[in-house]
Amino acid sequence: MKQSITLEKVTKFMGFGFLTTLKDLFTGKLEKEDFKNFLRKVIVPLASILLFIGLWQLGSQSLYNREANFKIQTALTDQGPEAAEAMRKCIASGDVSCQPNTLPSPGQVWDSYKSLLRDHNIIRADKAAFIEKTAALNAKRIAAGKAAITYTGRPSFIDQIIMSLKTVFAGFLLALVIAIPIGILIGLSPTLKSAFNWFIQIFKPVSPVVWYLLVFMIVKTILIDSTDDSSFIISFISVGLCSMWATLVNTAMGVASVDKDYINVAKVLKLGPIQKVFKVILPSSLPLIFTGLKITLSVAWMVLIAIELLAQSPGLGLFVWEEFQNGANDSNSKIIVAMFVIGIIGFLLDRLMLTIQNWVSFDKSNGI
Amino acid sequence: MAYLELNNIYKSYGQGDHATEVLSNINLTIEEGEFVAIVGFTGSGKTTLVNLINGLIEPTSGEVLFKGQPVVGTSHERGVIFQNYSLLPWLTVGQNIFMAVKEAFPKKSKVELNEIVKDYVEMVSLSHAINKRPNELSGGMRQRVAVARALAMKPEMIIMDEPLGALDALTRGNLQDEILNIWGKDKRTALLITNDVDEGIYMADRIIPLKPGPKATLGPEFKIDIERPRDKTEMNDNQNFKDTRNAIIEYLMEIGNSRKSESQGVYELPELEPKSFVGRFK
Repeated sequence: MKQSITLEKVTKFMGFGFLTTLKDLFTGKLEKEDFKNFLRKVIVPLASILLFIGLWQLGSQSLYNREANFKIQTALTDQGPEAAEAMRKCIASGDVSCQPNTLPSPGQVWDSYKSLLRDHNIIRADKAAFIEKTAALNAKRIAAGKAAITYTGRPSFIDQIIMSLKTVFAGFLLALVIAIPIGILIGLSPTLKSAFNWFIQIFKPVSPVVWYLLVFMIVKTILIDSTDDSSFIISFISVGLCSMWATLVNTAMGVASVDKDYINVAKVLKLGPIQKVFKVILPSSLPLIFTGLKITLSVAWMVLIAIELLAQSPGLGLFVWEEFQNGANDSNSKIIVAMFVIGIIGFLLDRLMLTIQNWVSFDKSNGI
Repeated sequence: MAYLELNNIYKSYGQGDHATEVLSNINLTIEEGEFVAIVGFTGSGKTTLVNLINGLIEPTSGEVLFKGQPVVGTSHERGVIFQNYSLLPWLTVGQNIFMAVKEAFPKKSKVELNEIVKDYVEMVSLSHAINKRPNELSGGMRQRVAVARALAMKPEMIIMDEPLGALDALTRGNLQDEILNIWGKDKRTALLITNDVDEGIYMADRIIPLKPGPKATLGPEFKIDIERPRDKTEMNDNQNFKDTRNAIIEYLMEIGNSRKSESQGVYELPELEPKSFVGRFK
């Protein structure tokens, strides 16, 4: 009884239902009664995006003017009318040396996005050239038992996104490995629950910064002999510890609240304890576990930026912090680019989890 | 020796003053191959009684003997069909039954087990739906799966807890026949709990009313002397059927009434005369 898999089903399943509406529009299949639906699902979001960009443009314009006026005014009071006139001309000419530093406009952000991509391509080419250049030398070094020379240039924006994703997934896996087994144990045994409850209640609200410091204290001592950079280890462990609580609590709740009928079935069939956990209790608590995992992943992505920033571990958080410290002409717009990238990746991660959740859980209607 | 024996069962939940006495002084004997029905009002403790017999709960005092041995925990010898189907929604029909069969016959190979699953799915005529999940099935189909699951474990006794309670009248009739058919094939001992007197008479050899709780206890038994296979339409004209049915319903009504009258204290009402408003609002 295989059901045919259509584009519509797949996109609905992944929570991208609006894509099929778009497809229908272009293929001319859109029915008249669907038009209202189309209006709501495609036109309204597009309109609100345009409105958002428009407001942003206006806002950045007025902030720009305010900053420019202030600069001219300062020049006037400090250095006299000639300096003020020179400043006014300089700002009007668009010279980078005297641009007001404020909220960038959408156009500037878009330019920065393109420049970041260009930068990535340059770095990638540079890296490829380096690898090619050192290939022969590295082969010799490895043959001689020495470590190969690696590229130590600056990572590009894309590299940093990938690093961030690695950190978040490592942290997420750590959260999963810790939280699910403990959650199951706590859910199964009221004794363990009362033993662990204070622990959960106290550590759940602790801020990512404090988790980072705690992990730093411990990992620093454990890796005291190592000369490698431990910032990645510290940041992924911190991310995992920060984000695991939702999964822990949800798993425990799911396991503790399995329908009594299913437990009775397990008893009547005389399932062994392990069989009972894997065949009855876990499948029945999967929807709740996945709700927890979804929260965990989004929390992980959210705290990642702060933790990378603290840990100086390469990634988007460090990128944002370095751009802020940098204070270059286009730093502000690069920070905004990073903000959008962070938001969009967070959204995609959420959809990914939703898709997996729909895939594995039996009740297909409770995914939101 | 009786096949299943309940001696002076007393069951209460809670402690001391807060204890709710559900069953008391329950005595029941079922012989091998017999089909016994217990009828009672909803909330009279029927499910508690069933759970005592299948071993999900233990009596506060008294003993449940199955083939002379006290019942401790559940057993594959006593198959249970639950009121609310209790199928695992994440497994398909086949998987639900397979899981039960695998537990009942751990030594059989996977091929043999699958063979058994196929046979029983076919028996309840659900072969077309073997790969469907319970939420894709109608209530009647789900209950048939539950029946197949219970029977596939080849229990020596089938315990049915209002198995058809949630079904519409037509499906219910069909399933009654199916269960009787299966029961008739190898004459396993069967215990049916129901709130439908007609169902009890149609299916069972003996009907025992359960006087409603608190402190529910079994009433006098009624033997059904109607030859099998029974025909539903003919039975309506059968004098024996009518008499038994009336007797049981009368008995149950009587308990119901006596229970009502027990709780009916006499309230002294004040003597009031309706005021006359006539002519007051002119």
